Amino acid sequence: MSAKPSAKTVVSRPLSPFMLGQYYRFQISSFLSITHRVTGVGLALGTLFIAIWVMSAVAGPEAYARFAWFARSPIGLILLLGWSWALLFHLCNGIRHLVWDVGYAFDKKSVDAGGIIVVAASVVLTAALWATAYLLPSV
Amino acid sequence: MSLRSPLSQARGLGSAKDGVNHWWMQRLTAIALIPLSLWFVFSIARYHLADYPTMILWLHNPYVAIALVLYFTALFYHSALGVQVVIEDYVAGEALKLGSIVLMKLAHFALAAASIFAVLKIAFGA
Repeated sequence: MSAKPSAKTVVSRPLSPFMLGQYYRFQISSFLSITHRVTGVGLALGTLFIAIWVMSAVAGPEAYARFAWFARSPIGLILLLGWSWALLFHLCNGIRHLVWDVGYAFDKKSVDAGGIIVVAASVVLTAALWATAYLLPSV
Repeated sequence: MSLRSPLSQARGLGSAKDGVNHWWMQRLTAIALIPLSLWFVFSIARYHLADYPTMILWLHNPYVAIALVLYFTALFYHSALGVQVVIEDYVAGEALKLGSIVLMKLAHFALAAASIFAVLKIAFGA
């Protein structure tokens, strides 16, 4: 009687989202694809903070002060900066996807160049938005 | 030659039985979110150190309130569509997959309703 293949043999094969780096040579296309997903899931969790922000504002000054204390703590500011970059990356890479959807820039060279442009644009946009917000007269 | 039945082809709903609705709404909300997100990130960068009365005054502005309602609508819709695909791709087992999608969608509806209600309550408040 031949034994069924055990669960171990199945698990030991490389699985889909964990191929990058270990089994595949680095490529910007697949790296940005998974980064788009990771930032997307992160931003989905971030909507929780947006909801808490506006709900604490409606709950009154004390509740708002508690949220503001966390938002302005070092952890809060790091989360805020990370959130803004993640959002701007997802936005820039989303535009890259929309360009593909209408049938442009889908050859290998353009896909690679577009990826580098998107990474650079997300960093520049993050710096530009925060710099402008701080350089304008305070509210 | 297509292996799909003529009826299936005429319906055009594919294996997800949803047609292009998910794809189309993801793109539509994405386009809406381009200007709205840029405005929102800038506003958060500008107002995150503001005191309570300044924040409330800002939310009283009807243009700000309308923009936030549009932003939250597009944001939670787009987020629910995106997380749905991630769950469909990575969660194994139909029961767990369906359960996760139901919970995730309901959480998005609840957060969207709460956020939009909060904005409107401040905007309409004295």
